[in-house]
Amino acid sequence: MTSDEARSQLDERVREMMKWHFSDETGCPFWLDWKKKAGWDPREEVKSYDDIIKFPHFEDEWLRDEKNERFVPNAYKGRPFNVFETGGTTGLPKQRVGWEDYKHDYEQFSDQLSDEFFPKGGNWIMVGPTGPRRLRLAVEHLANVRGGSCYHVDLDPRWVKKLIGRKELDQVERYQAHVMSQAVEIIKHRDISCIFTTPRLLASIGERISISDHGIKGCFCGGTSMTPEYVRFLQEEVLESRAQFVPTYGNTLMGLAVSIPEELPEKNYSVTYYAPQPRAVLRIVDPEKTEITKDYGEYGRVELTTLSHEFFMPRFLERDEAIRREPHAKYAWDGVGDVRPFGALTKKVIEGVY
Amino acid sequence: MSAPHIPILRQGKPYVSLDVQTIPKLGTDEAAAEISFACSDMIKYDLHKMGDAREALKKFSCEELVEITKKAGEIFLHDDLPIGVEGGMQSPEDYVLALASTSGLPHSLIRMNMKRLGNIFGQIDDIFQGLTRGLSWGVLDKGYGEQGGAPVSFSPTTNELAVILPSNSPAVNALWIPSIAMKVPVLLKPGREEPWTPWRIIQAFIKAGCPAEAFNLYPTQHDGSGAIIRRAGRVMLFGDDSTVKQYENDERIEVHGTGYSKFVIGEDEIENWEQYIDSMVESVSSNSGRSCICTSSIVVPKYGDEIAHAISKRLAEIKPLAQDDPTAKLSGFANPQFAEWINEAVEEGLESSGSRDITAEYREGERFQENAGMNYLQPTIIRVDSFEEPLALREFLFPFASVVECPQAEVLENIGYSLVLTAVTKDTEWINQLFDCPEIERLNVGNVPTNRISWNQPHEGNLFEFLYTRRSFAFAETA
Repeated sequence: MTSDEARSQLDERVREMMKWHFSDETGCPFWLDWKKKAGWDPREEVKSYDDIIKFPHFEDEWLRDEKNERFVPNAYKGRPFNVFETGGTTGLPKQRVGWEDYKHDYEQFSDQLSDEFFPKGGNWIMVGPTGPRRLRLAVEHLANVRGGSCYHVDLDPRWVKKLIGRKELDQVERYQAHVMSQAVEIIKHRDISCIFTTPRLLASIGERISISDHGIKGCFCGGTSMTPEYVRFLQEEVLESRAQFVPTYGNTLMGLAVSIPEELPEKNYSVTYYAPQPRAVLRIVDPEKTEITKDYGEYGRVELTTLSHEFFMPRFLERDEAIRREPHAKYAWDGVGDVRPFGALTKKVIEGVY
Repeated sequence: MSAPHIPILRQGKPYVSLDVQTIPKLGTDEAAAEISFACSDMIKYDLHKMGDAREALKKFSCEELVEITKKAGEIFLHDDLPIGVEGGMQSPEDYVLALASTSGLPHSLIRMNMKRLGNIFGQIDDIFQGLTRGLSWGVLDKGYGEQGGAPVSFSPTTNELAVILPSNSPAVNALWIPSIAMKVPVLLKPGREEPWTPWRIIQAFIKAGCPAEAFNLYPTQHDGSGAIIRRAGRVMLFGDDSTVKQYENDERIEVHGTGYSKFVIGEDEIENWEQYIDSMVESVSSNSGRSCICTSSIVVPKYGDEIAHAISKRLAEIKPLAQDDPTAKLSGFANPQFAEWINEAVEEGLESSGSRDITAEYREGERFQENAGMNYLQPTIIRVDSFEEPLALREFLFPFASVVECPQAEVLENIGYSLVLTAVTKDTEWINQLFDCPEIERLNVGNVPTNRISWNQPHEGNLFEFLYTRRSFAFAETA
């Protein structure tokens, strides 16, 4: 796919979503009411992705204060929905309703994984936040789609955040050790070939056992920002360059932005993520004037637009900043590189708690 | 010479990180060094392998390591040594210039600190004897032996001595140098502006024949320091009172906190106060007042005003000078904001009606000075009416002291903790009371400046007792 083709595919998706979310038969009460109050019809005025800036930024509070039923598209009326929560490490958690999106996202992601490192039929283990998170079902679905089963070890990041806030760092270590001992037992005594976890937990498991020696060939990682040096450490030392490290960037609201793991060493472990376009789009914006897209190579705030039938979320400002990167032969749209917490250089953010 | 790249040292092996920070030469945009930063998890991983580092040291006898230490001292003082990863070499003079460029220390103070460090290497035998009260080095090689006719055995408490080093005084590296001869590897986290001294000492040890595995250097951020503090077997760190409090019940951690060192004169000697002015001036101002062994309070039964004026007149001669001026005694601040914050704290204390800045009458200009792109604080003597004054028992990172009058009989109940206390007196009863006071770490009786210490008597923790623990033992009699 060329960049032009990707762009037209995205514009076509935008038109389709405007029609879907702002038509009485298919749209949800929240957006239909919004349209009435706004006094303009996105179906008429939003004809391409460039027109998305006609929407204001999607606000966190809408996903906290509005009833979830108001986000149910009329097309799905009467179908029970899943309720997924965001991490909740930066405030009250947000909730999002969903049906099949997570399956689409992770089936698409599965197509990107190497069969050598994530063997078909291999079992998985997920070590990280389960509970009300989409990831819990998504990783299990990924394992199932690839013909395997999935073991789970839970970690509650909201509790960890509280401990860090109280400076109870010993408790953090003890809780982490509690989680680790469960994970290590499963890895030691079951046939596991793939793992999903967070960077810190991966390093913590690697402190206790040789991950590769226990049969794990592929590690899909997400959850927090990673410096290039940390990515290198995880790949070369924690995984001993024997298992593949696949960093991802994503959340309940977006799905999964993927990286190109085989290119990490030559890129000095600077990770660039590509959104699952056209289902979601990442844009690097000027934090002061968010209608302006930053130039390639420049840092800016990450803005997310989600364009699925189940959920429309225009111009949500993520808590992260990143470098705008050029499209890649494999992904013909902009990437976001070296993601880090927004304002990381100017303020202290409790991030990467798990 | 272009800015060297200081790598991480992992059991002596250089590791160039992708997380690189540049330290500029103070007051310029020019790079003094590029520094590789370690992530906290790397340090945690490496800590698991420190047993290997100790094994490397155990291949040597203590006597061999003592000889290596002595030789390393000469090398540190006189030789060209590798710097960075590009094959560059650093002469002793290059070291002085590099450290001055990032720390703000005058060359003269750096040379003085070099000499002090050189003495530590050279006196390693005496230091060990002092720390162990006469133990033979051979006991550490064998694990057991005799001391004073009694059987003794010592086992190490740790595979590594970790030190979170500050940026403000190269001489603090003296604290870990003896660890090598005691066969305990070191894990050092250098201060942001001061990688130079630990790096150079390590290179000197390696050139002298010490196994490189014994040396670990991790420039790192706050979370890396946290990992070291939580995980290492033994940790030395520097901090204020709150840090001391935080770790007071953790036997793994020795905090070198605020010194609150004092110079007191007894009622029997106060009429001779003029004879002690030199000592008081040295106690307040040596090493630019940065050491915890520098006097921060002078306590006298009378003549407080006269003493404050006399010292102030002398201290006013210490001015911000060019760093390469051989007479420079005042250090600039590597972090210029520090000078502003400290100055604000002093000014805030002076708002109290019972505190007066006596040096203001003698010094040129304000306390806070900018000179050649660097911030300085000129020496300051505050005459306070009582211990209740906010500046009476404060310590700052520049030549600063309060002068307070207090009857001799009430001194001990008012002065609190003192890392070093010099008491000028011949009053036996009072001297006995001072020796009996648990809040005094080092006691000098007579006219000895507080900054003059002897390394064979630890003034703040005993390194040997920190790194080794005594066990009882017995061998079954054989037929």
